[in-house]
Amino acid sequence: MTISRQRPLIWPLLALGIMLVLNVTSVPGEHWWETSFDWATLAQSETWVRWDADTGHYVGTLIDIALRAVPIMLVAFGMTLVIATAGVDLSVGAVMAIAGALAGYLLNRDAPPGLFALLASALGLCLVLGLWNGVLVAVFRVQPIVATLVLMVAGRGIAQLITDGQVPTFDDPAFGYLGRGYLLGIPFAVILTFGVLALLGAVTRLTPLGLTVEAIGDNPVAARWVGLRVRTVTALMYGISGLCAGLAGLFVASNIGAADANNAGLYIELDAILAAVIGGTSLAGGRFSLVGATLGALIIQTINNTLSRLNVPPEQHLVVKAVIVLLLCLLQSPHFRALFTRRRAAL
Amino acid sequence: MKLLSRKHIPLLATFLVTAGLYTAAALRYEYFFTYDVAVSLLRDNAALGIMAVGMTFVILSGGIDLSVGAVLGCSSVIVARLLMDAEWHPLAAMSIVLAGGTLLGAGMGGIIHAFRLPPFLVTLAGMFFARGLALVASVRETGVESIGIMHDWYDALDTWSYENFPVTVLIFAGVLLAAFITLHFTRTGRNVYAVGGSEPSALLMGLPVARTKVLVYAISGCCAALAGIVNTFYTFSGNAHAGTAAELDAIAAVVIGGTLLSGGVGTVVGTLLGVLLYGIIQSAIMFEGTLNSWWTKIAIGGLLLAFVLLQKAVQGRGKVDNRV
Repeated sequence: MTISRQRPLIWPLLALGIMLVLNVTSVPGEHWWETSFDWATLAQSETWVRWDADTGHYVGTLIDIALRAVPIMLVAFGMTLVIATAGVDLSVGAVMAIAGALAGYLLNRDAPPGLFALLASALGLCLVLGLWNGVLVAVFRVQPIVATLVLMVAGRGIAQLITDGQVPTFDDPAFGYLGRGYLLGIPFAVILTFGVLALLGAVTRLTPLGLTVEAIGDNPVAARWVGLRVRTVTALMYGISGLCAGLAGLFVASNIGAADANNAGLYIELDAILAAVIGGTSLAGGRFSLVGATLGALIIQTINNTLSRLNVPPEQHLVVKAVIVLLLCLLQSPHFRALFTRRRAAL
Repeated sequence: MKLLSRKHIPLLATFLVTAGLYTAAALRYEYFFTYDVAVSLLRDNAALGIMAVGMTFVILSGGIDLSVGAVLGCSSVIVARLLMDAEWHPLAAMSIVLAGGTLLGAGMGGIIHAFRLPPFLVTLAGMFFARGLALVASVRETGVESIGIMHDWYDALDTWSYENFPVTVLIFAGVLLAAFITLHFTRTGRNVYAVGGSEPSALLMGLPVARTKVLVYAISGCCAALAGIVNTFYTFSGNAHAGTAAELDAIAAVVIGGTLLSGGVGTVVGTLLGVLLYGIIQSAIMFEGTLNSWWTKIAIGGLLLAFVLLQKAVQGRGKVDNRV
C-alpha cells in the first residue's frame, strides 16, 4: 500500500523474538526465580524445529507455539477487522462454543452428515451470528460492546442447549484432521490459519476494502458522506469475526475431540483484543494490521508457554497478564506519552 | 416534561415486565406467591444486587466496570483466609477487604481519567489482576482450594434475622437506600449524572469531573468487595472462582433496569427491578422443573436485546455512537 500509516511491525517482531529467545534458553528451576539461562541452546537448531522420524512430523518449540496459538490467531483476525471499524466483538468465545457444540451434536447423530455439510452448517451458523451482531451495530446503532454482549450472554446458553448440557465426545477421523492432522509434516491447522491470514490480507489490502474499513473507523460520518457503504461494510466485518470464531471453535473441538459448551473459548475475547492491540491496531479504530495481530497472538502464546515452562504457578499467570495489558494501554495513550515528551522538552 | 417522560419509558417497561412475569409465575406455580419465595428471591440475588448498584454509578457516569465479578471472588477469598488462617477479627478482615476494593476501583478510575483510556480496557486489566490475586491468595497446602469458613460470627449471622429478613437482604437494602439518597439528594449524585450526560459540559460548568470519575469507580469497587463479603455469608466459604462472569449479569441487570449505557439517565430503583427480574426468571425456571439452567442465559440475553433496542427507540435516531 502506498499509504504508510501502519505502525512499523518491528516492535512486535522484536518482542516476539525476545520472548522466543527467553523461552528457548531458560532452564526451569524448582521455582521460577531459580530460572537459569543456557545460551548455547540458541544455536541448536533442533530446539526450534526438528524432524521427528518416528512420527514423520516436524516438532519443536516453534511448531508447538504456532499450533497452540491457532485459536487466538483466528479469533484475532476477525477481532482486528472489527476493532478497525471502531467496534469490538465480545461474543467470539460464545460463538466458538456454539460452533463446537453444533459439530458435536451433528457427529453424535445416528446418521452423521458428511464433512463438508458439517463444516458448512457450523460455519454458516457462525456467519449468521456474526452478521446479527453487525446488523445490531450498523443498522440499529447499538454500541458494539452492548450489541455483542447480548450474544456473549445468550451464546453459551444456546451452546448448552445444543449439547443438552453434556460434553459430547467424538472420534471422527475426517473431522479430527482439522485439529490433529499434519500436512507435509506441519500441523494442518497452522497451514490453514496462515491460509486464512493470506486470504484476509489479500481481500483487505489488494482491494479498497481495507481502506474503507479504516475510513469507517476513523470517521463514520465522513465515510458515509464520501459515499462509502458504511453499514454493509461494518456488518460484514462482524460477519467475518463470527466466521473466524467459528473456525477457531471447530479447531478446538476437533483438537480435543469434544465440545465443551462451558469452557470452549472462555476469555479468548480478551486475548484476541490484546493480540490486536499488540500488533498495532488502534482501539479508536481507523488503523489495523492483520500480520501485527498474528504476531500479537504468537507473543501471547509464547508468554503463556514460557510461564508454564518456568513453573510459574498458573494462578499467577493472570496477574502477569494484567500488568502487560495495563502497560500496553498506557503506551497507546497520548496523555501517557506526553508525560515523557513534556519532561524531555523541559530539560 | 415530555422529555422526562420519554426518558422513563424503559423504567416503566421494566416495571411492567417484572410485575407481569411475577404475576404470571404466581398464577402458574402454586407456591410462587409466598413470603418465603419473595425473601429467597432477595437473598439469592443480594450479592448480584449490591454489585449492580455500584455498576449503576459507573454506567450513569458513562463508563463501565468489568472487574466487579473478579473483585467479588478476590474479596471472598481474602476474608476467608484472614478469618481462618490469620485468625483476624471479622470486622477487621471485612474493613481491610472493603478498603482494598475501594482502592482498586479508585486506582482504575484514576488511570482512566488521567490517561483518557477506554474504561473497558483498564477495568479488564483490573479484572485479570483481581482474579489472579484471588487465585494466588487461595493457595494453601494442596494448591488452589475453596476455603470453608467456620466462625461463631457466621453461625450467629446465619440464624439471626430481622422480621424474617436475613442479614444479606438487609445489607442489600441499606446499600440501595444509600445509593438512592446519594444519587438524588446530594451534590455528588448530581455530578455523576452531569458527567454522564456530557463530560465537556460538566467540565465547562466547573464541576469536579476528575473527582467524580474516580469516585464512581471507587464506589463500584467498594460495592463489589461488599458483595464478596455477602457471598461468604451465603456460601460459608471463600472461592477464587466465585463471581465468574458476574460482571455480565450486573451490567445486564443495570441495562434492563432502564439505565442508558451512554450515561446520564437511570436510577437505582430500575437496577433493583432489573435484579428482581433476573431473580424471578431464575426462580420461574427452577419452579418449571423441566427447563434447564441455560434457559436463564438465553432469556437474559433476549431481555437485554429487547431493552437495548427499546432504549435506542426512546433515544431517537441520528446519533452515531461509536464508543467502545
